Amino acid sequence: MNEIQTVEDESNVLATSAADQYLTFVLAGEEYGVDILRVQEIKGWDAVTPIPNTPEYMKGVINLRGAIVPIIDLRQRFGLDLLDYGPTTVMIILKVVGESKERIMGIVVDAVSEVYNIPTSELQPPPDFGGVVSVEFVRGLASVDDKMVIVLDIDHLLNSDELVVLDKASQSSGVEG
Amino acid sequence: MTIDMSQFLQTFYEESFEGLEVMETGLLDLDIGAADTEEINTIFRAAHSIKGGSGTFGLNEVASFTHLMETLLDELRDGRRDVSQPVVDLLLHSVDCLREMLTANQNEEALDEERINELKAQLDATLKGDDSAVTAEATETVQEAGEAVASGWHIVFKPHPHLFQTGNDPLRILRELEELGTLNVNADISALPPFTEINPEESYLAWTMELLGNVERATLDDVFAWVEDDCDLEITPLAGPEKPAAEAPSPAALKQEGKADEAISGELVVERRKTDRRGGDRRGGERRKSGSDGGSIRVAIEKVDAVINLVGELVITQSMLSTLGENFDMGQLQKLRDGLGQLERNTRELQEDVMRMRMLPISFVFNRFPRLVHDLSNQLGKQVQLEMSGESTEVDKTVTEKLTDPLVHLVRNSMDHGIEPSVEERLAAGKPEVGTVWLNAYHKGGNIVIEVKDDGRGINAEKVLNIAIERGLVTPDAQLTPEQIYDLIFQPGFSTAEQVSDVSGRGVGMDVVRKNIQSLGGSIEIASEPGKGSCFTVRLPLTLAILDGQTVSVGDQSYIVPLISIVESIQIKRGRFRHVAGKGETFKLREQYIPVVRLSRVFNVAGATTEDEDALLVVVEAEGKQVALLVDDLHGQQQVVIKSMEANYQRVDGISGATILGDGTVALILDITGMVQLAKGQTEQSPPTGGEPEAA
Repeated sequence: MNEIQTVEDESNVLATSAADQYLTFVLAGEEYGVDILRVQEIKGWDAVTPIPNTPEYMKGVINLRGAIVPIIDLRQRFGLDLLDYGPTTVMIILKVVGESKERIMGIVVDAVSEVYNIPTSELQPPPDFGGVVSVEFVRGLASVDDKMVIVLDIDHLLNSDELVVLDKASQSSGVEG
Repeated sequence: MTIDMSQFLQTFYEESFEGLEVMETGLLDLDIGAADTEEINTIFRAAHSIKGGSGTFGLNEVASFTHLMETLLDELRDGRRDVSQPVVDLLLHSVDCLREMLTANQNEEALDEERINELKAQLDATLKGDDSAVTAEATETVQEAGEAVASGWHIVFKPHPHLFQTGNDPLRILRELEELGTLNVNADISALPPFTEINPEESYLAWTMELLGNVERATLDDVFAWVEDDCDLEITPLAGPEKPAAEAPSPAALKQEGKADEAISGELVVERRKTDRRGGDRRGGERRKSGSDGGSIRVAIEKVDAVINLVGELVITQSMLSTLGENFDMGQLQKLRDGLGQLERNTRELQEDVMRMRMLPISFVFNRFPRLVHDLSNQLGKQVQLEMSGESTEVDKTVTEKLTDPLVHLVRNSMDHGIEPSVEERLAAGKPEVGTVWLNAYHKGGNIVIEVKDDGRGINAEKVLNIAIERGLVTPDAQLTPEQIYDLIFQPGFSTAEQVSDVSGRGVGMDVVRKNIQSLGGSIEIASEPGKGSCFTVRLPLTLAILDGQTVSVGDQSYIVPLISIVESIQIKRGRFRHVAGKGETFKLREQYIPVVRLSRVFNVAGATTEDEDALLVVVEAEGKQVALLVDDLHGQQQVVIKSMEANYQRVDGISGATILGDGTVALILDITGMVQLAKGQTEQSPPTGGEPEAA
């Protein structure tokens, strides 16, 4: 049965424009969405190799078919309460488009949820949350089946602080070298 | 049928650059006075291919320039002209110029017209038989130039369709030309559409004209001044019946007369104003295209075939194993083991062969040195010959790319500082007049060793020491072995040249060389004998993609330490650590204090051994300094494939990269140079300058 359902879901998905499709995941009870075309892979949580002297939310790196991919805990990134990783905890591997190049990065989330079609016209600008998730990382809000989905701007999210650290690192190495 | 020529353009450039190298090598090998015809033939053929290719791709500047060189080479080949040093030098300069032209075309940049014209003039003058013109200024008179224009001009005039819209009438131009001399006009009506489709506001005609008479080029330019942007215009001098090139005015001569505008370089030069203009515009608009240059290597067919064979074997092994897996029972265990063994062998061979594909003979680096030595010996006024051996030694492409600059510096250094400045000094020392610089390459262990040796003065240890003391690099009462003194040369800001010369001695020399070589995971050593010469030995790993590593564990983490930087590993005895003024710890190893870096502390790793007695010290060396890393345990040694952390993340201090272990997990590779820097920041106490001989 399950298999048939998946096939049906997929055909539904294919019928509409791919540009408006979002993969949603759950983080501390809220549902967040990312552009499905950016999703490379969804993996169960597995051990990572920590990188010394990096921010707490930087969990470490994994081997994704020969590439070294950094993994970021999104709860910690957003300053939410920690949750022990369980069976539903997954890593969503995303393609992030930066100023100079594309990178592959992973985020750790509580669970994956659904794939929704959300036309761009239904995206509403986010109100100021005054805290938890900085508004600048949110592309918009959408209502699906009476639920709110927060659509994230992953390029901004995964480039902002990381890039700042990068600049510092290259500067300091320049001075040393 | 139209063919998109641009797809072949890249190949053309690659082949042309190769051709230029052939020409350069050939020219340097030519014996002055008694040149081998076959040698000249080789050079000639290379020039000819470039000319043909550039003509095909519409690079007329290049084609016409090469044509001049080819003419000169032809004379050399037929024995009509002797191979003399000025001619060879001129040809060498032309090769340089040609390379620049091709590079400029490749990057769609403007050509250095002045340089091209100057060389063209020299080539012209040489062809005319005036050898002195190569070195001396060409001194032709305007009368001579006048004779050339007397015969007349060949003009191809193709107005663009929109010519009328600019308010110009080709007929007016034809009338004006007619007034200048006898004008033969041929109209080309091939572009004329059927009468019903003619747009009266467009120009369809083109003309080929011959203007006979004593007309100056500037006059012609005036006539076409208004339309030159709206037409394809070719103006070439009509060839005289005898000695065509000789009659052409030399641009240099004309420039002397202050009439640079008239610069025409003989019948061979076709002026393409339109093309030039476009080239100029592009320079402003577009950035260099070099970003698209992903780099390519030529691989010998045998190497590719070997890999294909191995892939075939791999497929067979794989299908055998999967057949085995379908109906597996314990009785077939031995078969499975055999299969897995075969798989391992196949994989290893495949890895080796694929790595071999990236291997290039070191001659790719060495090839530029004959020219460098040739030019430098002229520049320095020293007679130096270069002897090379081991050119076929293979090394990874990434290494060859990064090796060139340090080697150039070493060779320059040997020629500038090593070889005696005067022949008398050499003769007095009982050495041959001509100095020699040797370049030698060979494999040793997993390394490639490159020696740069000279038979010059050797390093004056006393002088080096004095300068080092003067610069405050060592204390005056320091007792140093000769090796340690030579090592001072690699200190930043050290240069023994009494006079800072153009060639070397900017004071940024040897320390950069050593840094570059160390960044490749290699080392450099000096041996020198006063009065006999010096030898710089560079050791580099064969490849940068694979590294011999030692796995160490700290707490629950494993790290890879490059084997090449490990000096020794020791167990600690109680009480050998000393704290230096609260700055950090040092460890006394054979009467020498080495700073200790606790990996668990700098990397914040939990669960590391707290008792020093249980831990191990790994003494590593980078930049001539030693550091002791405190780790929990040593594990196996293995070859690891280096993966970049920067591809998806960023540079991390103290980490040079990552690798994937046999179980699929990621291990980080330690950056030893970074560790040394770290130790420097951690403790003021740094070991005495220079590497320790016992540690090497």
